Amino acid sequence: MSDSVTSVEAPEIVVPEGVRLEPERLLDLYWYMLLNRRLEERLVNLYRQGKVIGGVYRSLGQEAESVGTAYALEARDYVSPLIRNLGSILVKGAEPVDILKQYMAKGTGPSRGKDLNIHFGDLSKGFIGPVSMLGDMIPVMAGVALGNRMQGKDSVCLVYIGDGGFSTGASHEGWNFICAQRLPVILVAEDNCYAYSTPTDRQMGNRNMVDRAVGYGCAGVQVDGNDVLRCWHAASEAVSRARSGGGPTLIEVKTYRRKGHAEHDDQRYVPPGELDTWEAKDPVARYERWLLSEEIVDRSQLDQIENRVRAKLDAAVDEAEKAPMPEARTALDGVWSTPRWTAEHPNFHDFAAEIGS
Amino acid sequence: MSAPERGGTTTYLEAIRQGLWEEMESDERVFMLGEDIGVYGGAFKVTDGFLDRFGEGRVIDTPISEAAIVGASVGAAMMGLRPVAEMQFIDFISCGFDQLTNVAAKNRYRWGQATPIVVRGPAGGGVHGGPFHSLQAESYFTHTAGLKVVCPATAYDAKGLIKAAIRDDDPVVFQEHKFLYRRVKEDLPAEEFVVPLGKARIHREGRDLTIVTWAAMVHTAAEAAEALAADGVAVEIVDLRTLVPLDEEAVLTSVAKTGRAIVLHEAPRTGGFGGEIAATIAEKAFEYLDAPIVRVTAPDTPVPYSPPLEEYYLPGKDDVQLAARKLLDY
Repeated sequence: MSDSVTSVEAPEIVVPEGVRLEPERLLDLYWYMLLNRRLEERLVNLYRQGKVIGGVYRSLGQEAESVGTAYALEARDYVSPLIRNLGSILVKGAEPVDILKQYMAKGTGPSRGKDLNIHFGDLSKGFIGPVSMLGDMIPVMAGVALGNRMQGKDSVCLVYIGDGGFSTGASHEGWNFICAQRLPVILVAEDNCYAYSTPTDRQMGNRNMVDRAVGYGCAGVQVDGNDVLRCWHAASEAVSRARSGGGPTLIEVKTYRRKGHAEHDDQRYVPPGELDTWEAKDPVARYERWLLSEEIVDRSQLDQIENRVRAKLDAAVDEAEKAPMPEARTALDGVWSTPRWTAEHPNFHDFAAEIGS
Repeated sequence: MSAPERGGTTTYLEAIRQGLWEEMESDERVFMLGEDIGVYGGAFKVTDGFLDRFGEGRVIDTPISEAAIVGASVGAAMMGLRPVAEMQFIDFISCGFDQLTNVAAKNRYRWGQATPIVVRGPAGGGVHGGPFHSLQAESYFTHTAGLKVVCPATAYDAKGLIKAAIRDDDPVVFQEHKFLYRRVKEDLPAEEFVVPLGKARIHREGRDLTIVTWAAMVHTAAEAAEALAADGVAVEIVDLRTLVPLDEEAVLTSVAKTGRAIVLHEAPRTGGFGGEIAATIAEKAFEYLDAPIVRVTAPDTPVPYSPPLEEYYLPGKDDVQLAARKLLDY
């Protein structure tokens, strides 16, 4: 058992052996990390204007691991994010305008106002949103993988769990079943140092979740979660292993949640200086420096990407703001395939009409 | 054990086995997963012979992990399959409760995703199983919007309803009454049949009093009705078959005819589904009532183990008769 607090020590990007450094892909990674960060910044602005209903859950400082790991997937693969893995579903094709509508409880968002934020899925794009009960999506992704295998498909699944969520029974039951069945699933276990306010060393006796791989009987690897190349590379190797029948992989990513659990959280539990330490390891700035120093891009190209992100988000925010709220009576729709009440027949409130019927 | 033969005298358990077998035969999307369902054929032998016929790809022995069993069913259903998950005893559904009530039940409402799974297992008392092997768990699930709840009382219904449950596009909790597994039998047609969800059945016709009930209590009601018939009282028994969807019309039609209603169930009283039936009758058929609606149920205790305790706990023929006489004298 080792007790390293984090492996995020190297200040700069480390290029893993064997990684293909194609500029187009390298810039893709940058695009998604930036889109992730800027979209969340827009959400915070909308939140402060009172236009977001509920909380905003930032992934500031974790963009590299969400984007890097999901970027290893193909179109036919599936990902199930946690609340802070916005980047992973952007990679899988989720549209910022839909995310914005979700956060603003709009009637034309993917869940029609029935559920919040990234709590929705799109099977055609290969992402399945989470429920709030942590760890529940691991058993679900076991079934997704099982279902694909039974139909002769070689799709791979990737699912995230946090240092907090990995304490739940569902996480264990799901991952154990996946390992027993040798299903093509990758579990990204994120040590971002806090579960709401509880530090990771209050969640587990051994800070290194990768050590659990031995117990489960799966491959395990620990990577610097603030290095997008290493996250991408580790996930790519895990995807290859899974797709070729080599079974599941547990990837532990060491990273840091630089914002509170949600916008309302004042982070009073964070020791002085800790945020500064981690800001210096910011995954986006770090990647930017590497792209420039390796002369993969120049500053003007990065500015162009920034402008494209801005334009996309301007349009998305505009559209989301104009989108209507849901019709109240649609609250009754969509519970069963054979409805009891519907918006067209809302006798739920029409007791008078029902009595004596 | 080989392929089930259709037709002839069939037990409740064999009827379920036939229904599962036929759906596995006719629809390759159907598969089953659970604890000890493969080589061993299930704790009650409902899936005996399935592994040999359908192979381990479609008859999956799982770890002792109800959350994984239900959760994996949800995921596989999303991929277009029709999983049938076995709880070794329905009591253990508590360990998969979250997957059922938060993931499966809410998928359609939250993002329009269908979750056609069946979670089935032996329920109910009368076999001295004690507090962890005797539950009638329906009320946990009737209270969860998005689930359907099925509780057959006869071999015919057990077969027809398991087939309907597998074909349904919503998550279904299918409670098999273990007391009935080998005690209830009847001649079943050799031809294929399906019993639709949401349609109650008149188990016995009568004009004086309605008993609304389900599962093993249908037979308790029948015993009481037989005894009352000797005194010239004609009891009508409405077997709900499915609690969600609820066949309100069948209940109200019967009560409108008889003017008296007993709601009978094996689960404890407080929060039991009988309260829902009673409230529905009170709201919609009040003017037809000649007497108060009475609930005959188990008391608010866990299911006790020792035979004298369990017999006291379970509603019996005498309890029903007593309630009926009070209502008739009202």
